[in-house]
Amino acid sequence: MLLTTSKTALWRGVRGSLPFTVVLIPFAMLFGVAATEAGLPLVQIMSFTSIVIAGAAQFTALQFMIENAPAVVVVASALAVNLRMAMYSAALTPMLGDQPLWKRALASYLIFDHTYTLMSLDAEENPHQTTAQRTAFFFGCSIIIAPLWVACTWVGAALGGQIPPEFSLDFALPIAFLAMVAPALRTVAHIAAAGTSVVLALALGFIPLNLGLMVAAVISMMVGAEVERRMA
Amino acid sequence: MTYSDTTIWWIIVALGVGTFLIRFSFLGIIGSRQMPEWVLRHLRYTSVAILPGLVAPLVVFPAATGGELDPARLLAAAVTVGVGYWSKAVVRAMLCGAATLAATQYLLS
Repeated sequence: MLLTTSKTALWRGVRGSLPFTVVLIPFAMLFGVAATEAGLPLVQIMSFTSIVIAGAAQFTALQFMIENAPAVVVVASALAVNLRMAMYSAALTPMLGDQPLWKRALASYLIFDHTYTLMSLDAEENPHQTTAQRTAFFFGCSIIIAPLWVACTWVGAALGGQIPPEFSLDFALPIAFLAMVAPALRTVAHIAAAGTSVVLALALGFIPLNLGLMVAAVISMMVGAEVERRMA
Repeated sequence: MTYSDTTIWWIIVALGVGTFLIRFSFLGIIGSRQMPEWVLRHLRYTSVAILPGLVAPLVVFPAATGGELDPARLLAAAVTVGVGYWSKAVVRAMLCGAATLAATQYLLS
């Protein structure tokens, strides 16, 4: 019985993840194209995309590499972009924390904006699931998305500069992120944090090495937390 | 790009290990232990604190136009946020944003 219900949860995860392929395919291809144009060989592009497997951080790192920033700055900036995944990791802990270490490690590798978002929505809709079912759902969310990300990076790298600029693929990333952030603006605190982030990131853009964004992010988190505390 | 091959490999490996450790942090190490409320309160705003700031310069100073303000991209960004905010539907917001960009660029060209 448990096996059947886990299977159901897995398929629910797969189905839930399908709409996100619309975002992922152009985004992954764009990374392949951009990395090729930046001069990275295919073996490094494919290692990059499958070891790091985090789109925004990959683009951030690539941008800084194109500008020939010091390697430490490249890594620190891209990791700063990934800090949000610590929040996802924290939020997933009550749902998947009972699993053995190797499953938690595998699940950690598969924490993306999409898989986390789907998981949190599913946990609200189906509150009475076993850890096995939640785990099955989570892996279902990533079973298509993760290989697709790697495969589409390869397609982008193979096509290289053959995607005409009229398609404006440069704007796939801003649109994808704005589309993911907008529904998260649930409360005044979220809106205050997001607004602070935009204003400070633009105002502090003159600070080199992406440090302006890090300062903006830390202050924005404090603004969000403080607004929440006062509203409570 | 003027890095040596070795440096690029170091960047890839350091970024891969660092990203994994961030993802693994709470799930792997904290496990079932409780975190202080003030930490959770700050962590709740991580994505809305970083992503808008990351995107804002790309919207206002797009590299594709050489950093010039571009009405098509501004409008597409506004439509994406508006549709996403009111419909809570990520994919719909994305498609509306992309359609706005394509339509505006077609009309303005």
